[in-house]
Amino acid sequence: MTQTDPRALKLLSPSLAFILAMVVIPMAFILVYSFYENIDLAVDRAAFQFGNWQELASDGYYHAAIWKTLRLSLIVTALAAVLGYIPAYVIAMTQTRHKWLLLLLLIMPFWISFIIRTLSWIHIFGSQGAVNSLLMALGLTDAPVAMMYNEFTVIVGFIHVFLPYMILNVYVSLDGIDRNLEPAARTLGATPWQAFVQVTLPLSLPGLAAGGLLVFVLTGGSYVTPLILGGPRDFLFANLIYDAIVTELNWPMGATLSFTLLALLGSVVIIYSRLMGLKQLSRALS
Amino acid sequence: MAQVELRNLVKNYGVVNAVKHANIVFQDGAFTTLLGPSGCGKTTILRMIAGLETPSAGDICINGQRINDVPIHKRNLGLVFQNYALFPHKTIGENIAFGLKYRGVSKSDAVAKVKNALDIVRLPGIENRYPAQLSGGQQQRIALARAIVIEPDVLLLDEPLSALDANLREEMRIELKAIQHRIGVTSVFVTHDQSEALAMSDKIIVMSAGNVEQIGTPDEVYNRPTSEFVARFLGASNVVGSRVEKRDEISVHVTTQDLGSLLLPAANCTGLGAQATQAKIIVRSEKVILNPDPAKGVPAVIKAVDYQGQLARYFITVGSTDLQAMALIAQAPLQVGTQVGVCIDPADCIALSQ
Ligand SMILES: Nc1ncnc2c1ncn2[C@@H]1O[C@H](COP(=O)(O)OP(=O)(O)OP(=O)(O)O)[C@@H](O)[C@H]1O
Ligand SMILES: [Mg+2]
Repeated sequence: MTQTDPRALKLLSPSLAFILAMVVIPMAFILVYSFYENIDLAVDRAAFQFGNWQELASDGYYHAAIWKTLRLSLIVTALAAVLGYIPAYVIAMTQTRHKWLLLLLLIMPFWISFIIRTLSWIHIFGSQGAVNSLLMALGLTDAPVAMMYNEFTVIVGFIHVFLPYMILNVYVSLDGIDRNLEPAARTLGATPWQAFVQVTLPLSLPGLAAGGLLVFVLTGGSYVTPLILGGPRDFLFANLIYDAIVTELNWPMGATLSFTLLALLGSVVIIYSRLMGLKQLSRALS
Repeated sequence: MAQVELRNLVKNYGVVNAVKHANIVFQDGAFTTLLGPSGCGKTTILRMIAGLETPSAGDICINGQRINDVPIHKRNLGLVFQNYALFPHKTIGENIAFGLKYRGVSKSDAVAKVKNALDIVRLPGIENRYPAQLSGGQQQRIALARAIVIEPDVLLLDEPLSALDANLREEMRIELKAIQHRIGVTSVFVTHDQSEALAMSDKIIVMSAGNVEQIGTPDEVYNRPTSEFVARFLGASNVVGSRVEKRDEISVHVTTQDLGSLLLPAANCTGLGAQATQAKIIVRSEKVILNPDPAKGVPAVIKAVDYQGQLARYFITVGSTDLQAMALIAQAPLQVGTQVGVCIDPADCIALSQ
């Protein structure tokens, strides 16, 4: 590790103060709240007791939700990696002067609220949606086929919303690769595919990892997409937080669950930064 | 080993004619240089030989075999890029061995070949380092090692020295030439640096704007330019207009406005059309002799001096003609405003058609 210059700390102090005030202190409140006791709906008693944490540790329902979240996040990340790599490669390698247009197209969906984008799938997979209308018009089925409100639609919804993060990250890392490397590999005897696997793919791994981290963490912390596109059994850990706080008005338990999710996703980020460093991530986000 | 031949090779990028009907033979085992100003199509020719660009028309043949349709990875050519293009995620050993694994070379043979290649470029024992840990000159040698270890039929070098600083460049060009000589591989070298071309080449191909201007040995293109472009591009030349007065088998008599009349040997006038009445007289600046005594020669005045240590370049005016003269100097250069006498030996002049 490099030594920290005391001047650097001074320069950073406004941002550090901001992070302290807006992130660390509120999170400390959440942690404190997790030790409170919930007496009745929306009635809490300030205390220092481990009831909420014991409930988390003993209730299999929570554990199942953690595994489900982990599994779904991994599926979404893997699919986004495969589906995102191709457009990223095309944009990076294209020779046109209108590359900016392709990048703009990638950013354009962000102009529409992601809830609206998520809701749009109802018009595609719903019983009155595009797919069912087509099937019925073709006479392939008489009644609408149930396609909505299952894990598949949740995954589709996630991919739809998070794919641009993956594409942008992979694009940035592909764009930074020396254009002569693949030709160099080719003249040395590699076929186009071998040149890609030997040179381009390994050099784009940092972007793939950064995109993967973002998609994983964003998916792992989501609750709206399962709420809109999932069935009753398609909940993620964050949906339990939503239930505890909004439905059951049990803030201490909500705080406990929130802190747990934060710790889980935070440890993923820490593992990533240990392995890859955060440089790639800041490059893609800037 | 191989001979490369380009037949009527053309490359157009949209409306840009990057290469216009190039007919070039790169002799087996020779070091041939493509020399020309930026944008004249040198890289394009090299990339077409390597297969990285598709010709718009014409043929590329290696040992008489047309290779236009042979894919890049089957051409067995060594290409050294201007920016080296080493694989940053692979060690030096892996970089050099890269081409060997596609040639069915066993692991142990590859290790020996890599070691041998590193010995050739005089960087032994750095197999386990990464490219980023090497200096520019060292990376340059590794790029060369990677290209020659596969024993290519042809070695293609695209301005391989241009990213090095001046001292290193001169050192590397001697070394590069020595390596090429030792392994005897047919080499095509691209540069826009005339001194590099003169120092290294068996043959120089001077290009301008997609055209081949002249093909010849370094001595021929330097001393016997066949066009004003070549004369000007290879070192500073003076070009003076003249009128052809008389012409026979042994000499040509021309008169110039300010330098009087000159009697050129006929051998220096092969570039002058038989019926030409006007001639461009070309004389290299180092052949323009300045005499401190204005009476000895054509009187002239020094307008500016570009002092370069052991050399000085003088910008002089004779009547209404501006000339450049380059001279080795022992002590201080002549001062601006000095009156001098200009002497030009007609045997040092070349006449070209207008
Ligand atoms: N991919 C391309 N698309 C369009 N025009 C191109 C392309 N590559 C090269 N050109 C044009 O073709 C001409 C020749 O280019 P080339 O790269 O062969 O020049 P060069 O002689 O190698 O020059 P330099 O010494 O600057 O490297 C130039 O006018 C260039 O602008
Ligand atoms: Mg070039």
